[in-house]
Amino acid sequence: MAEKVLMKGNEAFAEAAMRGGCRFYFGYPITPQSEIPEYMSRELPKRGGVFVQAESELGAINMTYGAGAAGGSVFISSSSPGIALMQEGMSFLCSAEVPAVILNVSRCGPGIGGIQPGQADYFQATRGGGNGDYHMPVFAPCNMQEAVDIIYEAPALADKWRTPVMILADGMMGQMMEPVALPDPKPFVEPEEIPANKPWAITGYAKKPGGARAVVKSLRMQPEALEEHVERLFARYDAAKAELTRYECIGLEDAELVFVAYGTIARLTLEVIEMLAEQGIKAGLIRPISLWPFPYEAFDQIGKRTKVVVSAELSMGQLIEDVYRGVNGRLPVELIHRTGGIIPTSIEVAQKAKAILEGLK
Amino acid sequence: MIEKMFFAGSGGQGIILMGQMITYAAMYDNKAVTFLPSYGPEMRGGTANCTVVISDKPVSCPLVYEADVVVAMNLPSLTKFESLVKPGGKLFVNTSLIDQRPTRTDIQVIDVPANDLAAEMGNGRAANMIMLGAVAHSIGIVADAAFDKIMQKTFSGKKAALLDLNRAAFHAVKVN
Repeated sequence: MAEKVLMKGNEAFAEAAMRGGCRFYFGYPITPQSEIPEYMSRELPKRGGVFVQAESELGAINMTYGAGAAGGSVFISSSSPGIALMQEGMSFLCSAEVPAVILNVSRCGPGIGGIQPGQADYFQATRGGGNGDYHMPVFAPCNMQEAVDIIYEAPALADKWRTPVMILADGMMGQMMEPVALPDPKPFVEPEEIPANKPWAITGYAKKPGGARAVVKSLRMQPEALEEHVERLFARYDAAKAELTRYECIGLEDAELVFVAYGTIARLTLEVIEMLAEQGIKAGLIRPISLWPFPYEAFDQIGKRTKVVVSAELSMGQLIEDVYRGVNGRLPVELIHRTGGIIPTSIEVAQKAKAILEGLK
Repeated sequence: MIEKMFFAGSGGQGIILMGQMITYAAMYDNKAVTFLPSYGPEMRGGTANCTVVISDKPVSCPLVYEADVVVAMNLPSLTKFESLVKPGGKLFVNTSLIDQRPTRTDIQVIDVPANDLAAEMGNGRAANMIMLGAVAHSIGIVADAAFDKIMQKTFSGKKAALLDLNRAAFHAVKVN
């Protein structure tokens, strides 16, 4: 493993994407992730990649569609309202089975909202913010090393499953610095290697092995053909679930209260669990790392002592919908949340958790 | 061991650099660290602050609500963040720029006339390194050698001429 370096989150994310093989970046600045296009504009051309500052988020996502359809490995990033602008393009990418890596360094909404960290993009990320029947894998790391490792792996997952892959971080992760060991860079794929690596890509009729015609499209006018296409996409989602479903369980065996949390708030919850332990209360944590596919099976590990499951989130109750599905009526479910860009203190979360336990007596 | 620290002052005082240098030094000293700057709409000369956590096990929460150490480099920082010091914690006050006294009696107040000492050394801009040295020696959890390593990295190339001055500034104040 390489020596650890101290890096700002946004710069580490960009570096990880390049090292994972992403050769193309199309971006438009937005706080709190503007260090990513800045870093890419400096670093990517040096390494033989392409940086384009798009005229808007709409431009960036559609450049992604074009470059991805031609077999390029693309990484793009934005923040919540910018991601919302990209949703139409994401639906197209999913339908046309074009791989890409999309990072959302989220802030708070709705609307233009504010620039402080938030998690109110859970629905936008996991429920398909665009039109139609589709999903895309969504990963929500909670520290710098996990983020770097997932972003590094994401291009290969995107190519394997022919889908965009989303990484959901937040403003705090983008702005903070933490030591990280960077994985070794993978070589960029050269244009002449694309026809063999991605036979489906549009690389020119003459270059195809066997001269097969490549078609990348989302328009299917025949209902039967469209239904068959969507069924095929969903069969692939089912096949991918085992590889993509990721989570961490901490202290579930003897926990009275089990938190469910991802990203920044999950990290804070670890401190809350220590605080509660000092007061004689045993709490555990289910930390989804993949938000889609959601790790419902993790809830089967909840022990017999557990009295309540608490969704802790920086939104008004979005993650909680999947918590209800995971709990499936076996236990009461409660919500601890803040929104608007406010991260609660661990003291506040611990007090609310205690009040929830008291309320059950 | 976990040390939660908060550095505050105005833009241009080198607040972020102080936080980053102690974070780097602690990382070189094989500690787990996080560094979190405040971000938001700020104007030139506005406030700057950052949170540093140093621990001997992985840092769960990079935020601080009760700080072991608060460093106030100007008066607005003292007013705003005195309450952040946990009982028994340390409050470092840059007395060169702060003429008011802290009101808390349940904390340890450490006065450092950082700008005056820096001016005596011939460069008022080294005030942040004087304060950083005072903090580092007071908490004593990061080895001097690790600080020296980051000093050499920070003050290299075009800034190499500033290394000796900043080293001296770092060692100017030693308090417990």
